[in-house]
Amino acid sequence: MTATVENNTPKAVETARSAGRFLFIAAVVLICAWVLVPIYLLMVNTLSSPQEVTGFPKTGIPSFDFSSIQFFISFAGVAKALWNSVLVAVLTMILSIGIGAPAGYALSRFDFPGKEAFRMLVVMTRAFPLPLLALPLAVLFIRSGLDDTAIGLAIVHTVLAIPFAVLITFSLFSGIPLELEEAAWTLGCNRWQAFQKVVLPLVLPGIAASAVFAFTISWNEVFAAAVLTIENRTLPAFLVQNLNVSPLHLKFAGGAAMVIPALIFIFAVRKYLFAMWGIANR
Amino acid sequence: MAEIVIKNVAKSFGSFQALHSIDLTISDQEFMVLLGASGCGKTTLLRIVAGLETPSQGEVWIGGRRVDKLPPRERGIAMVFQNYAVFPHLTVFENIAFGLRMKKLPQQEIDRRVNRTAELMHIEQLLKRYSGQLSGGQRQRVAVARALAMEPDVILMDEPLSNLDALLRLEMRAELKGVLDESKTTTIYVTHDQVEAMSLADRISVMNGGKIVQAASPVEVYRNPAARFVGSFIGNPPMNFLPAKRASNGQWQVAGLEMPGPVAGDALEFAIRPEDLTVSPDGFAATVRVVEPLGAHTLVTAEVGGKPFRAVLDSDLPVSPGDELRLSPKPDRVRWFDPETTRAV
Amino acid sequence: MTPKALPYLLLLPATVFLLVFFVYPFIQIALLAVTGPEGFTLQHVQTMASHWKFNTALGWTILLAAVVVPIQLVMALSMASIVTRLQTGRSAILYIFSIPLGLSDLAAGIVWLAIFEQSGFLNSMLYGLGVVEQPILFLGYQNIWVIFLAVVLAEIWRATAIVMVILVSGMGLIPKEYYEAGEVFGASAWQRFIKITLPMLRPSLQSALILRTLAAFEVFAVVTALGGTTLPVLMGETFQWQFTLQDRNVASAYALVILAISIAATLFFLRVLRVPKGATL
Ligand SMILES: Nc1ncnc2c1ncn2[C@@H]1O[C@H](COP(=O)(O)OP(=O)(O)O)[C@@H](O)[C@H]1O
Ligand SMILES: [Mg+2]
Repeated sequence: MTATVENNTPKAVETARSAGRFLFIAAVVLICAWVLVPIYLLMVNTLSSPQEVTGFPKTGIPSFDFSSIQFFISFAGVAKALWNSVLVAVLTMILSIGIGAPAGYALSRFDFPGKEAFRMLVVMTRAFPLPLLALPLAVLFIRSGLDDTAIGLAIVHTVLAIPFAVLITFSLFSGIPLELEEAAWTLGCNRWQAFQKVVLPLVLPGIAASAVFAFTISWNEVFAAAVLTIENRTLPAFLVQNLNVSPLHLKFAGGAAMVIPALIFIFAVRKYLFAMWGIANR
Repeated sequence: MAEIVIKNVAKSFGSFQALHSIDLTISDQEFMVLLGASGCGKTTLLRIVAGLETPSQGEVWIGGRRVDKLPPRERGIAMVFQNYAVFPHLTVFENIAFGLRMKKLPQQEIDRRVNRTAELMHIEQLLKRYSGQLSGGQRQRVAVARALAMEPDVILMDEPLSNLDALLRLEMRAELKGVLDESKTTTIYVTHDQVEAMSLADRISVMNGGKIVQAASPVEVYRNPAARFVGSFIGNPPMNFLPAKRASNGQWQVAGLEMPGPVAGDALEFAIRPEDLTVSPDGFAATVRVVEPLGAHTLVTAEVGGKPFRAVLDSDLPVSPGDELRLSPKPDRVRWFDPETTRAV
Repeated sequence: MTPKALPYLLLLPATVFLLVFFVYPFIQIALLAVTGPEGFTLQHVQTMASHWKFNTALGWTILLAAVVVPIQLVMALSMASIVTRLQTGRSAILYIFSIPLGLSDLAAGIVWLAIFEQSGFLNSMLYGLGVVEQPILFLGYQNIWVIFLAVVLAEIWRATAIVMVILVSGMGLIPKEYYEAGEVFGASAWQRFIKITLPMLRPSLQSALILRTLAAFEVFAVVTALGGTTLPVLMGETFQWQFTLQDRNVASAYALVILAISIAATLFFLRVLRVPKGATL
């Protein structure tokens, strides 16, 4: 069927089609380059010596000199900032999944008065510039001794991550037929056992993906981190505070230190990105 | 002994009343089919027995125990779900063993029961597979095996065959009947397919609008429908109905014919099944509209007294649209309904 | 089987958390902005509004959003259309397209700094091509429009991915039959896009636009990385007032301004792209 159609296609149409095909491929290549080349250039700078970074003109080819990286790692405060970033991100991950997943489960499984009000509360958080929360919370934290601590910052990052955690886990749980849980109940499970033995194994990869997403949100957040920490800066806060005083090679190595984990995170959650957003939009 | 007693059970979802005061007793080892059109409340009733839904009022007793406040796991039931609910992350073996492990049975006993039920359902060779590697029919078998392995007092099934294609459904139906007869378990089976109901049931409960209209043996339900609804719902093609006017005591005027009937009121409804009609000169005057040959029989849709009227006739008889026929009912098969209450008279 | 309290119990942590760390701080912000030692005052708002940087910051912020968001929308629509049409290498291409999704605005700023700084790759290229004799100081205060351009590029580079992901998910929800019906009735590929894809994509477009516009109002680290304080934006000013000038009341007043334009934009998109009841999939 297809073959005969193609055989009968006039030459002009054929040329137009292959031209279209070419344009299509060109567009794909162009967009890939648009995404990848700037990252490549950052890597070039990171893998060059400080002299090469400030040197001119540049070749665009890395010399694989690790002195910039060494300088960055041994720079006062960087190691601690990296550690703080990881710590805050892990705390954010635990908090947002621990608090968000039960809510997502409740939304997916029950109908109850107040459900809409809660959904509104969650959706509302998306309409507010959340990093600004850091301003009043700074006062609250000073009063409660949470100022300049990892947990204090993680709390703010959790506010950022919770709407996503709730909506993503909601869509994950909605994807598990209630019938499976009911089957487990009739086979001798109580509610918790059924959740543990049937629902949890099925949603675990998705939960892991949304945890990584929460981690990424925290890993990348700049404003609240800069407002809420002084001694215990995270990497973005450290970089943004020192931007006007730090040498170029420090900035680029710091940029790379933020970008590379992000590449891995996105790779880890790539399968879930679309499912997550498909439902989260409704 | 696992007799099921449902006492005065009702259920409403918000302002919608899905079940109205249901009373039903299912005796030990009985195969009870709940039959009715979609949305009549069959699933709701089954889920109340299972403990997956809480009744708004009434009591449920299983084997002499009041269970309506107990969670499903404490009711001694097993259930086969419409979409099978085979756990996708477990092998067939682990699916069947799931409930047994919850009971903390020794491994030996688990192996024995899984193998026995798997054999019974002809899925021995699938035990290592996952649900994603099974066909619909195979999943169905796993779901039944999982329920049987529990050796429950009661098995509940919600339209277990409705997702299979026609041929497979026929095959599974016969097999289910064999297996469940053997297991001597009390069974409640929900379906909207009257043929399935007829072929499986010891007793059928015909439901309509959240009520049980009649609960009786398949033949009884077919021959002596307790209400107009049962007659019109069961049987394919359904029963014919004609209005009847009182002629004299015990004599009724139906579409130009006078015939004997019960002594009651001024108006009744006359009812006859299409296969209980014969062509004879003293019958109803009928004008043939549509003729559908069905092989052994011919389904004739005619008009009697301005109402559609169907007859299943021998296919040797030559009929064509426009013909005038005389159709006469077999006297012992005529049924009468009260038009007010729609109950049989 | 459903104890009535269970859903509330499950929602309790999230609700309490959001009330304490989301609702309460916003009330605090509002209070900080309009109260002084003697109760209600508009003094902080006046301080903010009369400062010479306020109008420029507001202007740049809105201009940035107005330039970036439409370009992102068009690009994301093209990217999403390309992705849905891909037959081979779809997942690899999708991964590449969505990479910037995981990058922070600070990282994006640093990435584009590598290109635009004086000894950067843009100057190297122009020099190599013989266009310039000496490297140009692109990101200096006298070249504010170049800084603006660099910020626009960095923002488009970084944040188009999220719009694309939302749109790809939305397109995935549109049943194929509609396109086949369109084709049967003789609609060209372009007409199908305009008459079928776009209208059915309205809920996703709405989410994407709201999300992106609000994020554009919050732009901060990209600008700081590329232009320091040369190009003032609202979030940057908030930061300045909080830290350099140590005036939390004025910082809060700024926060309220961002909040106000955010709410206005949200309402605008909700209204313009509203989906009539019953016209959803
Ligand atoms: N959870 C529920 N909430 C609201 N209405 C329901 C619910 N479950 C069932 N119903 C309604 O109750 C009626 C009976 O449903 P069901 O028992 O599923 O019917 P059947 O199984 O006979 O098709 C239907 O009208 C259905 O819409
Ligand atoms: Mg049903």
